[in-house]
Amino acid sequence: MRGAKSAKWVVGAIVVAMAATACGGGSSNDDEGNAAVDPNGVFTYYNTEPQRGLIPTNTNEVGGHYMMANMFRGLVTFDINNKLQMAQAQSVDTTDNQHFTVKLKPGWKFHNGETVTANSFVKAWNWAANAKNAQLNSSWFEAIKGYEDVHPEKGDPKSDTMSGLKVVNDNEFTIELSRPVSTFKERLYYDAFFPLPEAFYKDPKAFGEHPIGNGPYKMEGSWAHKVELKVRKFADYKGDDKPKNGGIDFKFYSKDDAAYADLLSDKLDIMYQVPNSQVGKFKDDLGKRAISQPYGGNTNIGFPLYDKEWGKPEKAKVRQGLSMAIDRDTIAKRALKGSKDAATGFTPKGIPGWQDGACGEYCKFDPAKAKELIKQGGGVPGNKVTITYNADGANKEWVDAVCNDIRQNAGVECVTDAKPTFQEARDLITDKKLSNPFRMAWVMDFPNIANFVTEQFRTGAGANDMGYSDKSVDALMNKADEAKTEDEANKGYFEAEKKLFEQMPAIPLFTDHTVAGYSKRVQNVKIDYQRQAVWTEVEVKK
Amino acid sequence: MGRFVARRLLQMIPVFIGTTLLIFLMVYSLPGDPVKAMFGSKAADPATVAKLRHDYGLDKPLIQQYWDYISGLFQGDFGQSFTGRPVADLMADAFPVTIRLALFAFAIELVVGIGLGVLTGLRRGKFLDQVVLIFTLIVVSIPVFVLGNLAQFVIGVKWKLVTPTVRDSQDLSQLILPAVVLALLSLAYVTRLTRTTVAENLRADYIRTAVAKGLPRRRVVGVHLMRNSLIPVVTFLGTDLGMLMGGAIVTEGIFNVPGVGNTLYQAVITSEGPTVVGVVTVLVLVYLVSSLVVDLLYAVLDPRIRYA
Repeated sequence: MRGAKSAKWVVGAIVVAMAATACGGGSSNDDEGNAAVDPNGVFTYYNTEPQRGLIPTNTNEVGGHYMMANMFRGLVTFDINNKLQMAQAQSVDTTDNQHFTVKLKPGWKFHNGETVTANSFVKAWNWAANAKNAQLNSSWFEAIKGYEDVHPEKGDPKSDTMSGLKVVNDNEFTIELSRPVSTFKERLYYDAFFPLPEAFYKDPKAFGEHPIGNGPYKMEGSWAHKVELKVRKFADYKGDDKPKNGGIDFKFYSKDDAAYADLLSDKLDIMYQVPNSQVGKFKDDLGKRAISQPYGGNTNIGFPLYDKEWGKPEKAKVRQGLSMAIDRDTIAKRALKGSKDAATGFTPKGIPGWQDGACGEYCKFDPAKAKELIKQGGGVPGNKVTITYNADGANKEWVDAVCNDIRQNAGVECVTDAKPTFQEARDLITDKKLSNPFRMAWVMDFPNIANFVTEQFRTGAGANDMGYSDKSVDALMNKADEAKTEDEANKGYFEAEKKLFEQMPAIPLFTDHTVAGYSKRVQNVKIDYQRQAVWTEVEVKK
Repeated sequence: MGRFVARRLLQMIPVFIGTTLLIFLMVYSLPGDPVKAMFGSKAADPATVAKLRHDYGLDKPLIQQYWDYISGLFQGDFGQSFTGRPVADLMADAFPVTIRLALFAFAIELVVGIGLGVLTGLRRGKFLDQVVLIFTLIVVSIPVFVLGNLAQFVIGVKWKLVTPTVRDSQDLSQLILPAVVLALLSLAYVTRLTRTTVAENLRADYIRTAVAKGLPRRRVVGVHLMRNSLIPVVTFLGTDLGMLMGGAIVTEGIFNVPGVGNTLYQAVITSEGPTVVGVVTVLVLVYLVSSLVVDLLYAVLDPRIRYA
């Protein structure tokens, strides 16, 4: 993303450099998995400088999240296969998806020696939900009963505590929601639900510079801003996932090209996403140390259904037609060099609840049918498709390719409209000022189909940029919300996802890939669906 | 002399106010709402947005925001960045790094640039002159990001002579590569500039007089020739130092140097008014001071120039 502008030049420069050093794509020998391991070895991890102080409820970007994820453990966590596991919690029980009883594993400690109790959670959540504390993740508590008392739309909070949270004893508390939410247990995985020690409330700002968590790693030294942040194995960590290494040095880079140069020379150990400019050749550079696997994020084209023209019911056919004019497979392979896969629905493959073919025939490439559908729907409004996107991300390649397909296969004029920054494009979209299709992407908060379906397509949902509203889809989602078992819920959400394609509020295009790599110094590097290494499992070679 | 300096210092005040106001207005006219952008692709919660706007003073009229900012500035308060850290801290992190890098680069272009310039000026048309001419032409015509990435890949990644990026900016050995890349372009200009003036002055009457007087060649070149030839070079170097201090966004990016250029770039991207204005304000001061120093240096170099 960063540095995409100079990408072509960099590639050019490196080609010249390779010629100059008389060296083709190097294939290095990697002996994977068998080297002697130093249990106290420290490895370096690619990261970007966190945008704010390190407070779990105020961290909503990857730079800060990676630090939070290592220094804290929530009630639950996901394993590498996206299966929900208990972490700090002994059990989270519910019979109706509305009333939860949380029992903690006793004896866990914060890095400063303080014991983790039920109050460490309840107090932290109440603090974060409070409108006065203006936490960016406060809306994560929105389902808890009494949220509107601590976080009214306007004015001062009426209360300091949410009535839905009750401490039973040191190792047990209950949660009451204002309505059943079948994925609430999954949601508890998110950073916002981490516990906080008493030391936090004395000086939240100082805490943000030097967080004290209950996770497998504790912070070492002070945060060298824009340079690095070090965490080391926490000896008193009680969880099952005890680190197999001594710690992690998070290195902050402003350009991923710089980090890639470090990776190639073993000065950086793990890079969870190689630069866009290197996607075509990183496998040659890294050999077996290259990783390419699915990631829990997608790329779509959203439509302004609040617009008079696009909002007409018959335009659903036009959207379906446009979708069928796009040859996703070819674009994914050629223009994107395998860094994304063709989508068959909104939920990426491998996510719990995913089933093949939600989109059905509407995501198959069929130019003849495409033209026919567009004709049936009365043609594209204004006889021209404009796709708005932000040019500071790696979007130009696929937007151009998609537009080209629409022009050639659907016979509809298509132009792209690049906004210089994400911020600018985002403002136009969220303020519903666009009257043309736009890039819409989603990165999951937790691995479940619900997160891909409900957050963007429920009436009035937070990320429903299209202004889409359909009673029958809402009803299917509500039904799934109240499902008794996870299986039943997942099936319900899939029904809703399938139903979406009758109206096709957005065209699913691609599901994302993680294209990562690691150095010769480390082994046993596994990356999960959230594009993060299983840090505790990484082994540093002697 | 004292009066001249005082007058110049007084002139800085309106320049200072004008630039800060301009930058302030420019940052606010950037499209995109910085507070809403904090929420990423999630919906911004209205109550939280309102509170944050209030905390950062963004709910006040623009002119009052500027007034608050300036009055804070005179009490030594540079305001707060959206990261929650004081802007003064951000600058205290970034400036030493950039100053180190800039001085290093400056030293290189000063020594090598003037050295090569004098040598080629004295040996006009000879072999060395031709070689340096070609070298400077190449340097000037290749964009810095190509040069930087090339140097990083060949010297850092392939030959492993230096670390490809800067991990510790206090370690001068890591700064060599970025400093050389940063210096190269200006170095080429300084060389060309010095060469031309030296060659020109070599044919001047006063040099011929000095030679005719029987002065040793070392004195003719070192004192008589150099003093006059350096005036345009010093002008160039003065503004160049200001430019180097402003941080080299491209070079800092390639070598991951956490300097001023990087800080400024990030701040512009996230529409962080206080940080942009703070950094630019300091940069304006650096420019003003360095151009003052250049003017004073003229008087030292050319005895005909006297400031009253």
